[in-house]
Amino acid sequence: MNALVKDPMTWTDVGAVTDIPLRGARRVPSAQGDIAIFRTGDGKVFALMDKCPHKGGPLSQGIVHGHAVACPLHNWSIELATGEPLGADRGKGCAPVVPLEVRDGRLLLGRT
Amino acid sequence: MSQPKERLVVIGNGMAGCRAIEEVLKRDPTRYDITVFGAEPRVNYNRIMLSPVLAGEKTFDEIVINDVAWYADNGITLHSGRKVIAIDPAAKLVEAEGGLSVAYDRLILACGSDPVRLPLPGADLEGVVTFRDLDDVEAMVAAAERGGRAIVIGGGLLGLEAAYGLVRRGMAATVIHLMDVLMERQLDESAGFLLREALAERGVETVLGAHSEAILGENGRVAGLKLKDGTVIPGDILVMAVGIRPATGLANAAGIVCGRGVVVDDQMRTSDPAIFAIGECAEHRGVAYGLVAPIWDMCRTLGEVLTGADAAYEGSLLQTRLKVSGVDVFSAGKFGGGEGCEDVVFRDAGRGVYKRVVIEDGKVAGAVLFGDAADGGWYFDLMRTGADVAELRDTLIFGQAITEALRGVDPRSAVAAMPDSQEVCGCNGVCKGAITGAITELNLTTLDGVRAHTKASASCGSCTPLVEQLLQLTLGDGFEVQTGPKPVCACTQHGHDEVRKRILAESLKSLPAVMQALEWHSPDGCSSCRPALNYYLLCAWPGDYRDDKQSRFINERVHANIQKDGTYSVVPRMWGGVTTPNELRAIADVADKFQIPTVKVTGGQRIDLLGVKKDDLPAVWADLNAAGMVSGHAYAKGLRTVKTCVGSDWCRFGTQDSTGLGIRLEKFMWGSWTPAKVKLGVSGCPRNCAEATCKDIGVICVDSGYEIHIGGAAGLHIRGTEILTRVATEEEAVWTICAVTQLYRERGWYLERIYKWMDRVGLASIQAEIEDPENRRALHDRFAYSQRFSRIDPWAERVAGRHAEEFNPLSRRLEFAPA
Ligand code: SRM
Ligand SMILES: Cc1cc2nc3c(=O)[nH]c(=O)nc-3n(C[C@H](O)[C@H](O)[C@H](O)COP(=O)(O)OP(=O)(O)OC[C@H]3O[C@@H](n4cnc5c(N)ncnc54)[C@H](O)[C@@H]3O)c2cc1C
Ligand code: SF4
Ligand code: FES
Repeated sequence: MNALVKDPMTWTDVGAVTDIPLRGARRVPSAQGDIAIFRTGDGKVFALMDKCPHKGGPLSQGIVHGHAVACPLHNWSIELATGEPLGADRGKGCAPVVPLEVRDGRLLLGRT
Repeated sequence: MSQPKERLVVIGNGMAGCRAIEEVLKRDPTRYDITVFGAEPRVNYNRIMLSPVLAGEKTFDEIVINDVAWYADNGITLHSGRKVIAIDPAAKLVEAEGGLSVAYDRLILACGSDPVRLPLPGADLEGVVTFRDLDDVEAMVAAAERGGRAIVIGGGLLGLEAAYGLVRRGMAATVIHLMDVLMERQLDESAGFLLREALAERGVETVLGAHSEAILGENGRVAGLKLKDGTVIPGDILVMAVGIRPATGLANAAGIVCGRGVVVDDQMRTSDPAIFAIGECAEHRGVAYGLVAPIWDMCRTLGEVLTGADAAYEGSLLQTRLKVSGVDVFSAGKFGGGEGCEDVVFRDAGRGVYKRVVIEDGKVAGAVLFGDAADGGWYFDLMRTGADVAELRDTLIFGQAITEALRGVDPRSAVAAMPDSQEVCGCNGVCKGAITGAITELNLTTLDGVRAHTKASASCGSCTPLVEQLLQLTLGDGFEVQTGPKPVCACTQHGHDEVRKRILAESLKSLPAVMQALEWHSPDGCSSCRPALNYYLLCAWPGDYRDDKQSRFINERVHANIQKDGTYSVVPRMWGGVTTPNELRAIADVADKFQIPTVKVTGGQRIDLLGVKKDDLPAVWADLNAAGMVSGHAYAKGLRTVKTCVGSDWCRFGTQDSTGLGIRLEKFMWGSWTPAKVKLGVSGCPRNCAEATCKDIGVICVDSGYEIHIGGAAGLHIRGTEILTRVATEEEAVWTICAVTQLYRERGWYLERIYKWMDRVGLASIQAEIEDPENRRALHDRFAYSQRFSRIDPWAERVAGRHAEEFNPLSRRLEFAPA
């Protein structure tokens, strides 16, 4: 990677990292539907489309544990980094990942 | 003379600048004519040692790295106390204060970074300082001589070291931290909790989750800090330690590409090929570092590059240690774990030790150590070299000495070969000989036996495999595999009863406190144990314990039931199933106003509004509150509905006022949290129209009084109730029901409904407790006390703004599709 090349992605500031509670999530409405931004117990952040691959449950409402979220509807465990179901439900679809960056404590969502 | 030397100019006389010069001189002492500019009026010193200087544990002289003689001996021109104000890359000139211009062939930017100053009102008052250089330390020491309280904003490494130093200088100190965990970028919640306790013991008070609003002043000097929640902390000096910003001003003005820092490639070269950047002002592969270890790596590369060799800097792994005397803290890498990672956790409640090593793909990916960080370096080495640790997995957490002693040997023979004096259980200090001795002398055959008689493996359980091997070795086939009480979950070997008992006995009042004292195997629990512990704490410490909302399932977090389409249902209380025209009108109005698609009468004698959008919840509740209605807790592991029949008021068979009793019970008991849901029914006669005999607690009114039933259910399992007792008056009925509810609250396991609890402990044991009048009174009183804090409408609290972030989207709607 050459750090001097200009970034092709456009980034939109949607708030501060600290606006999301530890082990929690917040929603960002978008033209494509809600985006869920999660913050894990160790302070990492992830963004996924807020739609469970099972039956569309709002992942932003689940319990965040480790780097996964338990869907509030039927308790599938979804990996935050990939949007893929874990365990027995692996391979059954995925919640699309949304590019997310943190700069100076701000959350930036990406679009190309 | 031969050719003139190349001119090397360094901006920044700090850690990076001088180290870079050393690296160049080491390789080629004669190649360059070197000039250094330093804004600080002093020689090169070890900045990280400013903390011990502040604490009075070191003097400035002791932390000087290169004294005046070094500059002279190496022919380096030092302009100290002279700031560079501009770079002209076209002319290859730097211009410093006082009109001095110096030409360069190669230029190194080593300007470090600037402390962030929060733009709070009052930030320019006298007594507001940052913690970066010796001037700051001197200002703090001077302030400390006047005594009083220091307020430190920022609970990171720097803020904590500042607070500790000031306490050592005789001040009181309060650290204000925005996050819920101290040093959250280096520590997980468990280590953060222990650190907080250790600091408290040393006189450093910490306030977490605190938002600063304004610095208060008096006569132009700091007098205190006001938080957003209105709290005012008085103070005489205020240290801002909220982060650093790479110093990019000069580079930016000169047209050099900057991101967060001055952007450099793997040769430390900026967008101008004659200009290099190192240290905290540089940004390499998107990272701007804030510790010294990467600086040494960067300087080594730069030394090679500037003396004509090939070298590349590829980034650094980081480790952190806190420099507070007696507090051993180490952190490195992916200390927080994550998916695909395995955590090995060791806790020793007695010694206050917590260790967590994170393994990913068979390699150490990170570690956090508290209380005993001696093996930090070893874990860091394993991490850096990417060593395969699959084989060491079982002993890794015990550290280098034990692991190496057992290395490469079959664990069985290793155990056999262990000397009798070798410690097996670190928590309780039990060695091998004591265990094998107890096994033979006392004829022990089970793990529990060994635990009871030697205490080995009775604390954190991580030596359990070793103890089992010792049993096997000593007994051969006589060894029985253990079956103990069912653990709460995989995070612990303790059962529910044990956990509850110790929460009370040891006054454990927070999740991290429980996990440390009971030596949880996981860093912060899981989605099974967190809600359970949260409930146990709530039940044990009414009014004291602060509910942890992230440990609650969505329905209890937002006080509504989530539906299949992500909308919510709202069920207001309808006391005893009785309503009024006004309430019904309000419900109708709310349904109209918020276009709620379905209004349904529930099986629990009340009305459900289904399909409410999450964002609308607070507004819906506000309207229902205005008509006098509160949450029906249709979502709660708590008191749900109290069904009643019309009773003696209207019914020709009614023997007592069943409606009145139901309302009275609901009004007294609403809001209480219980291990699982609790539903009540009160029927006016044995015809039982309120279906009281399939409720958790039911009352059948009879001519002579009241039959109190418990243990019914009509869901997954259909269960008729059993009679608990018969009483003569309504008063006694209420007392008895509250007492049995409290007994269940205190003894039931999380998610265990009353009928399951009754199956486990037996109806007779419940009867015995309730029939003893003193015990019944005590149970009732504890319930009544707890209710003082529970009969608060969660809807009204949220209408008033509590957890507002839960109901609002993070930002406005984005009018584009995300990538
Ligand atoms: C709304 C309601 C159905 C209705 O339209 O009538 C209902 C709806 C749900 N019931 Fe129920 N139950 C409702 C009365 C009942 C009753 C009848 C009663 O209370 O007299 C029973 C049988 C009695 C009992 O509890 O034993 C009942 C036995 C269950 C069970 C089985 C419990 C068990 O231990 O076997 C569950 C599952 C559970 O709790 O784990 C359940 C779970 C649910 C959940 C919470 C399922 C869920 O997790 O989403 C439903 C929530 C829907 C919602 O969003 O409101 N519901 N449910 C009733 C609300 C009562 C109220 O006003 O609070
Ligand atoms: C109190 C404290 C404790 C720390 N503890 C640790 C620790 O335990 N472990 C750890 O790894 N790190 C620690 N650090 C961080 C560590 O000190 C820094 O990472 C390191 O000093 C950065 O080196 P640097 O050369 O990039 O910047 P600095 O050491 O800050 O040097 C930059 C120098 O450049 C000068 N300068 C800036 N602009 C100009 C200009 N225009 N003209 C002339 N001169 C200029 C500055 O005055 C400064 O002297 C600590 C820092 C502090 C403040
Ligand atoms: S019976 Fe089943 S479908 Fe009907 S409300 Fe209860 S849980 Fe839902
Ligand atoms: S919709 Fe997520 S688990 Fe069913």
